[in-house]
Amino acid sequence: MRAYVPGYDLRVAPNLSEALALLAREPGTWQPFAGGTDLMVLLEAEKLAHKRFLSVSKLAELRGIVVTADAVTMGALTTYTQVQNHPILQAEFPLVCSAARETGSIATQNRGTLGGNIVNASPAADSPPALLVYDAEIELVSARGARWLPYHGFHTGYKKMLLAPDELLRLIRLPRRAKPWRQYYRKVGTRKAQAISKVCIAGAAQMEAGTIRDVRIALGSIAPIVLRAVKTEDVLRGAKLAPETMAAAKETLSREISPIDDIRSTARYRLRVAQNLLEEFLSQLGR
Amino acid sequence: MVEIVSKIGIECTVNGKLSCFHAYPMARLLDILREELKLTGTKEGCGEGECGACAVLMNGAIVNSCLVPAIETDGADIRTIEGIASGAQLHAVQEAFLECGGAQCGMCTPGMVIAAVALIERHPHPADAEIREGLAGNLCRCTGYQKIFAAVVRACEPADRPHSGKR
Repeated sequence: MRAYVPGYDLRVAPNLSEALALLAREPGTWQPFAGGTDLMVLLEAEKLAHKRFLSVSKLAELRGIVVTADAVTMGALTTYTQVQNHPILQAEFPLVCSAARETGSIATQNRGTLGGNIVNASPAADSPPALLVYDAEIELVSARGARWLPYHGFHTGYKKMLLAPDELLRLIRLPRRAKPWRQYYRKVGTRKAQAISKVCIAGAAQMEAGTIRDVRIALGSIAPIVLRAVKTEDVLRGAKLAPETMAAAKETLSREISPIDDIRSTARYRLRVAQNLLEEFLSQLGR
Repeated sequence: MVEIVSKIGIECTVNGKLSCFHAYPMARLLDILREELKLTGTKEGCGEGECGACAVLMNGAIVNSCLVPAIETDGADIRTIEGIASGAQLHAVQEAFLECGGAQCGMCTPGMVIAAVALIERHPHPADAEIREGLAGNLCRCTGYQKIFAAVVRACEPADRPHSGKR
């Protein structure tokens, strides 16, 4: 059953300062609208509760990918297609490219944006695990000014985040690493193409003579937010890559995540698969 | 009480011709095409961006028209299934779908053709995996996937070469 379309307002912000002025004047009234690949689905299902939307699609300040010596900075409107096609992202941030390639269909990837994937705040979103592994930082702007935050910690609960009603997400910055990390991304869904994940994991590790020097692990669809598995990382950091390490990490992971039964999967399946994916990631470090 | 918004004037190019119409800002491009512009070749399948039946090209890129609000099409260049042939001359993809039997009920066919055209415009000589990926956003409930796949393979062969059949 489709929602009553004349009851929804959608305006296109002509430039960033006007967009921020409107959000400041009427905070909470206007919800940002980017690619629409999530919001239009809710509209169709008559589940789009909010009534007034501000399209940010014409804001040049939210577009483009800028590469500097120490970071790659992407505008919030960067589409999944643009992510996949970018040579530096391909070479240095393959997990973000994998995530973009596994998000929806090509038609969705042409419209959907990284910024939308973040502020839509779905715990099943595909790009946040990759962004967490790369220690992404995000810039929020409002008429009051701009502030940078680590992306880790931005989501505070189911669909809750540190975004004030008058703020827009403008930029996503990935620090460039000096040393190559071993990297792993895997999404498990009902089928290979354009499924929403049952479990998704991104991992990166630096190895030194059989020892895990440093490691980062993040998972989707296993908690109210996309989770950086810091306790599991602590178990692995500095440890020898041995069966006992693997078992301890899987045990810790099982206590760190809180999967649930829902329309797409069960808590039991998600826990088992999350542990298996962790094992697959760690096994590949030994090769 | 639901507040009713006003329709807005929108201008975009559809199949090479300038189209001007009034629409609610959140109206779906799919409904504009079918109901305002009477271009009923674009089909509605799921209405939630899963099936690809409503696929069109927007500024050269494939999109699902059920997920594009009208206001976002202002100034855009839209190509629908009606704009794929050049007059009476079918596109190579359309010829190949006919030749290979790439359609059963026909509901997914416009979207499949759009997806194939979009693929070939990006990769004129796609590998098998690229064809599969290029069609992965389009569902066929008759499950005629093998013939659709064969049609895309065929469309990429030189026109004068005899039909190579299935791969």
